[in-house]
Amino acid sequence: MTNKKSIPLLKRKSSPGKFIYTFLIMFIIWLGFTTSFEPAELITGVFVSLIIALFTDRIFSCCGMRVLMPHKIIYFIQYFFVFIMALIKANFDVARRVISPDLPINPGIVKFKTKLTNSFARLVLANSITLTPGTLTIDAIGNTFYVHWIDVTSEEPEVAYKEIAESFEKILMKIYED
Amino acid sequence: MMEILEYIGMALILIGGIFLFLGALGLVRMPDLYTRLQAGTKASTLGAMSTVLGVGLLHPDWILKILIIVIFIGVANPLSSHALARASYRKGVIPFSKNNIDKYKKAVKKQIKNLTS
Amino acid sequence: MTIILTIVFTLMAIGLILSMFRFVKGPRSGDRAMALDTFSIIITAAMVLLAHVFERYIYVDVALIYAVLGFVGVIVIARYIEGAL
Repeated sequence: MTNKKSIPLLKRKSSPGKFIYTFLIMFIIWLGFTTSFEPAELITGVFVSLIIALFTDRIFSCCGMRVLMPHKIIYFIQYFFVFIMALIKANFDVARRVISPDLPINPGIVKFKTKLTNSFARLVLANSITLTPGTLTIDAIGNTFYVHWIDVTSEEPEVAYKEIAESFEKILMKIYED
Repeated sequence: MMEILEYIGMALILIGGIFLFLGALGLVRMPDLYTRLQAGTKASTLGAMSTVLGVGLLHPDWILKILIIVIFIGVANPLSSHALARASYRKGVIPFSKNNIDKYKKAVKKQIKNLTS
Repeated sequence: MTIILTIVFTLMAIGLILSMFRFVKGPRSGDRAMALDTFSIIITAAMVLLAHVFERYIYVDVALIYAVLGFVGVIVIARYIEGAL
């Protein structure tokens, strides 16, 4: 596994796909903010989104329209459901630990390596880990994640990886890495 | 149809309130900063998301802005807790641990050594 | 319906008091910053709920801005604790 060196933000290349992707996301956010479909609002929104997309597409978007292919959208929906289930489980886990009088915790910091190379995919993985049962991402140096685990079952990186990250990483690999 | 949405919305609001309360309780009960962050982040994220979404179901015409708030909370809250955990560790807050499991210490030491040399 | 809203607002108020307690007591500045984070999240949820109670759409905007500012504030405090600012 080679550790691909990340490119500085301002030196990334812009491309039509990235431009369209940024424009679409910005326009959807504009619609959410104004929540009106009058022509004047829509035209202003189009112009503002165009200007923002012109300047920030290379920073905002990692891989352009590639992410919005139909088969990837199915994986997004699958990821969403896996994530929501983990979030609800995490909350009942926290509730159980907080309410029980003797605080059943055995915390520690473990590490494991991720296979993802895309930096945005790593961000999504780190955020998901923070919101799933008993884990909190402290730092990611290169491809190594350092995770605070509230109930450590094993110090071994492989076991920790299997328990914490595998279910998310499998889907993220399909979305961002092929 | 509207009534069903109203009942679901009210249930979501109630669940959200309970989890917000549990998050704050965890903030007081846990023994050290990192475990507090865990309890606080998870419970308050789901609590706020579910309350806000519940209000969105009660008022379907507000739903777009409500969805923006929900997505923003879901993205921003783990990020801020991660930044706080990292900053506190580098500032020397030692995690509470029964078995002394800490793989992060070495990496931080190495990074500081690289910076100073 | 009113009874549920009363219960939820009571729970939120207790939550605010508890996080205020951690804000006052917290031994390190990290604890205080985290208490502030939880505080602002609870306020955001309460603001949206108040928008429902008073039937005022404009309060949702206030909640959105409050959430954004709370997030930025906590990030800035975290960078300051780390010594990178």
